[in-house]
Amino acid sequence: MSAATAVRWSEGGSQVISEASGMFGLTWLLIALPLFGAIVLLVGGRRTNSFGPVLATLLVGFSFVLGLVLFFQMLGQPGEERAFNQSLFEWAPIGDFSVDVGFQLDPLSMAFVLLVTFVGGLVHIYSLGYMADDPDKRRFFAYLNLFVASMLLLVLASSYVLVYVGWEGVGLVSYLLIGFWNAKPAYATAAKKAFVMNRVGDIGMSLAIMLMVTTFGTTAFSGVFAGAPEASSGALLALGLLLLLAATGKSAQLPLQAWLGDAMAGPTPVSALIHAATMVTAGVYLIVRSNPIYNLSDGAQLAVVLVGVLTLLFGAFVGTAKDDIKKALAASTMSQIGYMILAAGLGPAGYAFAIVHLLTHGFFKAGLFLGAGSVMHGMDDEVDMRRYGALRKAMPITFITFGAGYLAIIGIPPFSGFFSKDKIIEAALADNIWVGIAAILGAGITAFYMSRVMFLTFFGQKRWADETHPHESPRSMTVPMILLAIGSVVLGAVLVIGGRFVSWLEPVVGPEEEHDFAIPVLAITAIIVAVSLVGVALAYVMYLRRPVLVEAPTGSVLTRAARQDFFQDAFNESLFMRPGQYLTRFLVFFDNRVIDGFVNGSAAAIGGGSARLRRWQTGFVRSYALSMLAGAVLVVGVLVLVRL
Amino acid sequence: MNPENYLYLATILFVIGAVGVLVRRNAIVVFMCIELMLNASNLAFVSFARLNGNIDGQVVAFFVMVVAAAEVVIGLAIIVTIFRTRRSASVDDPNLLKL
Amino acid sequence: MIELLSAAPPTSTGEALAFWVLAPVAVVAAVMILVSRKAVHSALWMATTMIVLAVLFIMQGGIFLGVVQVVVYTGAVMMLFLFVLMLVGVDASDSFVETLRAQRVAAILLALGVGGMLIAAISRATFPDAPGVGAANDAAGGHVEAIAEAIFTRYVFTFEAVSVVLITAAVGAMALTHRERLTPRKLQAELSVERMRSEHPTPYPSPGVYAQHNAVDTPALLPDGTASDASVPDELRRQGTVRHTELEGIGESDADEGDQR
Repeated sequence: MSAATAVRWSEGGSQVISEASGMFGLTWLLIALPLFGAIVLLVGGRRTNSFGPVLATLLVGFSFVLGLVLFFQMLGQPGEERAFNQSLFEWAPIGDFSVDVGFQLDPLSMAFVLLVTFVGGLVHIYSLGYMADDPDKRRFFAYLNLFVASMLLLVLASSYVLVYVGWEGVGLVSYLLIGFWNAKPAYATAAKKAFVMNRVGDIGMSLAIMLMVTTFGTTAFSGVFAGAPEASSGALLALGLLLLLAATGKSAQLPLQAWLGDAMAGPTPVSALIHAATMVTAGVYLIVRSNPIYNLSDGAQLAVVLVGVLTLLFGAFVGTAKDDIKKALAASTMSQIGYMILAAGLGPAGYAFAIVHLLTHGFFKAGLFLGAGSVMHGMDDEVDMRRYGALRKAMPITFITFGAGYLAIIGIPPFSGFFSKDKIIEAALADNIWVGIAAILGAGITAFYMSRVMFLTFFGQKRWADETHPHESPRSMTVPMILLAIGSVVLGAVLVIGGRFVSWLEPVVGPEEEHDFAIPVLAITAIIVAVSLVGVALAYVMYLRRPVLVEAPTGSVLTRAARQDFFQDAFNESLFMRPGQYLTRFLVFFDNRVIDGFVNGSAAAIGGGSARLRRWQTGFVRSYALSMLAGAVLVVGVLVLVRL
Repeated sequence: MNPENYLYLATILFVIGAVGVLVRRNAIVVFMCIELMLNASNLAFVSFARLNGNIDGQVVAFFVMVVAAAEVVIGLAIIVTIFRTRRSASVDDPNLLKL
Repeated sequence: MIELLSAAPPTSTGEALAFWVLAPVAVVAAVMILVSRKAVHSALWMATTMIVLAVLFIMQGGIFLGVVQVVVYTGAVMMLFLFVLMLVGVDASDSFVETLRAQRVAAILLALGVGGMLIAAISRATFPDAPGVGAANDAAGGHVEAIAEAIFTRYVFTFEAVSVVLITAAVGAMALTHRERLTPRKLQAELSVERMRSEHPTPYPSPGVYAQHNAVDTPALLPDGTASDASVPDELRRQGTVRHTELEGIGESDADEGDQR
């Protein structure tokens, strides 16, 4: 690393961005392929029922292969020349201000492209088996393709406006897929809830974009980041907070986290892809991408850290109380993204580890969800963990892959989660001792509730009814699980050991900061692992040694509160929903009585008046002659009077 | 006698004709009443000619007669046509002006 | 007559006498037009009024107009009225029940209003000394010459326009009343074939056969004593002017014969 480049880093991770040429000119194809699939499946209708799902899967596969090719091409370039800009066309020229449709392919987006297309492709394959009997399979795959396209647009866009397009696209697909089985009112409501809460966050995004237009006169990354050092600290703080609001909405962070649990209403592959591996991490991407803004605003970074810490603890506590396997995993997702947000808030020390954890989490959480889906598949769609038990013999592959994900998430070395989480906690400790302690505590709770899930599902006594016959899932489902499990095992080591990923991401986010500890780093790692083991042990005592009740016990006040997501829904309802309902009711009343009254009243007055006037038009010639005579009387009368 | 009496007579005839147009329903009688009104006005024209000592009033009355004749021809043709289709000469029956 | 033509103001005693005799006749005849139930009677009263007006025209120096009034109005127009009345149905008498609410009252009130105001205006107006048209006649060398000069010089365009109106009216009347033949005219051979195929091959009974009257509007009586509408022309049936005898049989008819007309 030369001194000259180091100076550029200190200005906020700027890099040499060259015009895309050669293979990199095909960047747009990454998005176009799945988008094409979505259009074909949605427009083609029933005719594509036979080949649609396979076509969708193949297109995402092509996208992944293309991404892989571009990745190796990029590896061939020197470190700071790995960013490429491709401008497709001018979208909205308005005077001096103009929005271009353009893509930026750099190490950060490359990581996301690979994650999205790989996990997305696996989920497509998995869905071929999981959704085999669903009558609406084609629609499902169309949405999945649309999601992959939108997500790639989000991570490849070279300006915030285009990010916003992808941002809304994934929000839309999330809505469509949560409510995929919208015949059930509860699912439709869950979809609506997710959509509305995402909209709240999106407002932050749109306000941030407007603020960028007024502050920098552009929304392109290059322009915004180049102008950030000159911007006032107030504008930077506002930008940081608004972008954080957007991130909390999309990534289910406090205070906009309530939708994620209900989002589990969607099909399990959706939960794995959208609500665990990719879309919910868009917030982390947004913050890391906007690192030049956050680096310059301590206040915004503090807010990010606070949100991260609170959410990781909140999600962890909620996770301990949930009996629904998917909801427990959703709470865990919330908590893990809390870690990522926390890392992103730590500045250059944490950006790379936020992304590393994002990638490893994408693998092991997707694997866990697919495993949960596999369990549900074999258990006739039963989701209550208290009715599982002793499934490891019935579903050996699911058990092993799920187990790999489990070990990864609780951070047992050498599984992937260990490396990523360990680094985040270290960085947090270096930043602030209390934040670090909270993160370590979160790791312990994570170990506890994940062990609970594990023990309740695969160990102990069988608690399912005799008529259920758990069985291993078909190969189209197990193969993706196996691949993800392999990723869960090795990815962390591959990315972290030797600082490979840190240096890969250096051109975008700047170099990792070295930090000093009073105690050796190894000791910290040992403490973290020990706390996790304590959590495991506690779960072992509570859920394996003691018999598990099929019906959930009442539990303590804390348990009940956690089951209710700490009354977040009640809070939202009483603070926002009810006043909104009263307001709309009043508006409806006002509209019905006052506005409609005025409109209808005038209409009725005119109608009544015309009905009366109509009587004059009898259609009788003699009546008209009479009125003519009356007119003559008037004329003569006037003439006589004038002459008088 | 004052020649103005002719004008009073013309007024009275005109008013009677007007009432007839309004109250009678037989289209032919209505027509006759219209002719009566025209004739009353003719009388007034002739009287004015005499009062003013020139011939123009009489010429105008002559033209009125010609136009009235034309009008009678067309009007009666219309009455006959309506009678053929509707079997009635009442002016109240074809109240098609009302929907 | 010559004195009448060049009547100088104020009017002569003879004219006054004629006016006071004729004016009431005109008014009464006009009122009778209104109140006659039968249109034919109205037409006759109308003719009366017209003739009276013709005399009044002549009394005021309008000899030509008076003659035209008699020839054109009473002679042609009123005949036309009577023709149409015959076509439409002479006998039908009008109902005097007013169907439009307040029409009659309003009509009379408004007419009185117009009349009252016109009379008020006339009574307030000041007129010249009524020199009569004699001077104008003399200037042109005669009454008819005076009118001819006015029509063909000063009023020539009006005259031409009026002639156009008249010719248009003639064509219009023809166009209105003309009916296009829609089917080819049937020849006698076809008519006889048609009759033999119909339900009634024999001739229809003539009107008045077996009845007390042989008028066209009286239906024949069939052997069973009922009236046969088929014996009366269609047009009369449509007009509803068929004269039904109230008798069942021939024998009883003699007794009531006197009341029939």
